[in-house]
Amino acid sequence: MQKENPIAKERGRFSLLRLLTFGANADPNAPHTVIFRHGLFLRLTHWLNAAILVFMLMSGLQIFNAHPALYFGAQSDFAHPALSMTGITNANGELRGITQIGRWQLDTTGLFGASNVDGTRVARGFPSWATIPGTQWLALGRRYHFFFAWFFVANGLMFALWGILSGHFRKDLIPTAHDVTALPREIADHARLKFAHDARARHYNALQKLTYFIVLFVIAPLIVATGLTMSPTLDSAFPFLPWLFGGRQTARTIHFIAAFSLLAFFVVHLVMVVLSGTLNNLRSMITGRYAIEGDDDHG
Amino acid sequence: MAESNRRSFLSKLGAFTGILALGGCTDLDQSEWWPNVLSSVEALTKWTQRLFAGGHALAPEYTKPEIAPEFRANGTLDPGTADYHRLASNGFHDWRLTVAGLVEHPLSLSLDDLMKLPARTQITRHDCVEGWSCIGEWTGTQLARVLAMAAPKPSARYAVFYCMDPMGDSYGTSIKEAPYYYETLDLLEATHPQTLLAYKLNGEMLPVAHGAPVRVRAERQLGYKQAKFVERIELVESYQQIEGGKGGYWEDQGYEQWGGI
Repeated sequence: MQKENPIAKERGRFSLLRLLTFGANADPNAPHTVIFRHGLFLRLTHWLNAAILVFMLMSGLQIFNAHPALYFGAQSDFAHPALSMTGITNANGELRGITQIGRWQLDTTGLFGASNVDGTRVARGFPSWATIPGTQWLALGRRYHFFFAWFFVANGLMFALWGILSGHFRKDLIPTAHDVTALPREIADHARLKFAHDARARHYNALQKLTYFIVLFVIAPLIVATGLTMSPTLDSAFPFLPWLFGGRQTARTIHFIAAFSLLAFFVVHLVMVVLSGTLNNLRSMITGRYAIEGDDDHG
Repeated sequence: MAESNRRSFLSKLGAFTGILALGGCTDLDQSEWWPNVLSSVEALTKWTQRLFAGGHALAPEYTKPEIAPEFRANGTLDPGTADYHRLASNGFHDWRLTVAGLVEHPLSLSLDDLMKLPARTQITRHDCVEGWSCIGEWTGTQLARVLAMAAPKPSARYAVFYCMDPMGDSYGTSIKEAPYYYETLDLLEATHPQTLLAYKLNGEMLPVAHGAPVRVRAERQLGYKQAKFVERIELVESYQQIEGGKGGYWEDQGYEQWGGI
């Protein structure tokens, strides 16, 4: 199964290739062993999910733009939104974008509330480049959202089924007692960009487990459930849904927060992929193969 | 200066990201086939929602204190035609609701006729397709009761609601050419116990902005399904020959005929 990694042969001095390959604080002189890290099913569902989520987020922002305000409760208290993005014409006749969160107000012209579409400034929540379609087009945005929502759920269910049957969740994701005690140390190590490159990298570390656990078992189900709560038909079928989330408008707000939590996860995820060995990580998510420091495969 | 540089950079970055993410998407969106692919899940969505909601699950009802202080009026706020103003000026005394199409007994009902039928009052949440919600108390006649009086023929599958408000940009100038608002509900949704021909909002006769004299309330559907200013109900087997053929004014603009989500 294991064979020698050709890049590992290039020992010695620091090189950018090595940094991109093995990541920050890796031992440049260590011998490497290539292990098989991610199975085909996991890699496939991972990339499908990534593509689907791009469409979900951007079409979701298009839908949000149809009424760029969030509320708490069953209904909309139009005078007191929890968050709003509005285009307001100032004394000079200039359209400014104002973002309001609770009692705070910020001028976010160009980004939120008012931005340019084909060179003309228009009032819109999120800017054109963040939405699908780029222009104001709620009907098509909904079509995109509900189309990819089915694939998001189908892909997620397949992954969940595989995760249970293959033991991936049990073996790789459920935190152990050791993970709990290691967590503070892991946070400190991540902050100093000290990543495990040796046999410890065979398994998710405590921080990874915690993050993936929250994303998979908290945010993903939450975003689906709050999305369904916005459907008036499903509220008649499952009246506990709006009750559970504190009303349809609260559900919509939670849906929005969950979407941006996923976006935040995505950003941190990318940073970690880059810093802890871009090429090695990318290869492991494409071909499944991953190089770790050490000569042997007992770990 | 720095601000405008930053913004120009941001917008360039944005445009770049947009092109990366959407390369060619605009062309796709304008095509005939791609939106149809996206729409292909509508039947699955409807089927699944019906599987759980069936014909009888009731939309949540609320209490008096939860009624919105001001129920937002949306869509046409006044049909603006001479015919409509004439009807409105004497309290819709001359208005008639026609029930026709695939029925054994076509009906012509006055507002009084309608109000003499047993009424249902419900405090429900109105969910606009844009995303906002308002709670209001609606009083009206169950549509199922009116349809039963008309006795639908077995081939009837949809109720089409024809409205008195002209739509479109040509509003005011060439009002005759403008399409009028219309909507459709399949008979399961049309005969749901909470589907009303509503003539009162919060205990008052329906204001013009909310669709006087009668609007549809189909409480398990989004706002655009709640046709206002209704004057004719026609039972049909298919809506494909009506106007744009998609089952409603907004449906003809790309919205789903199934307004359950």
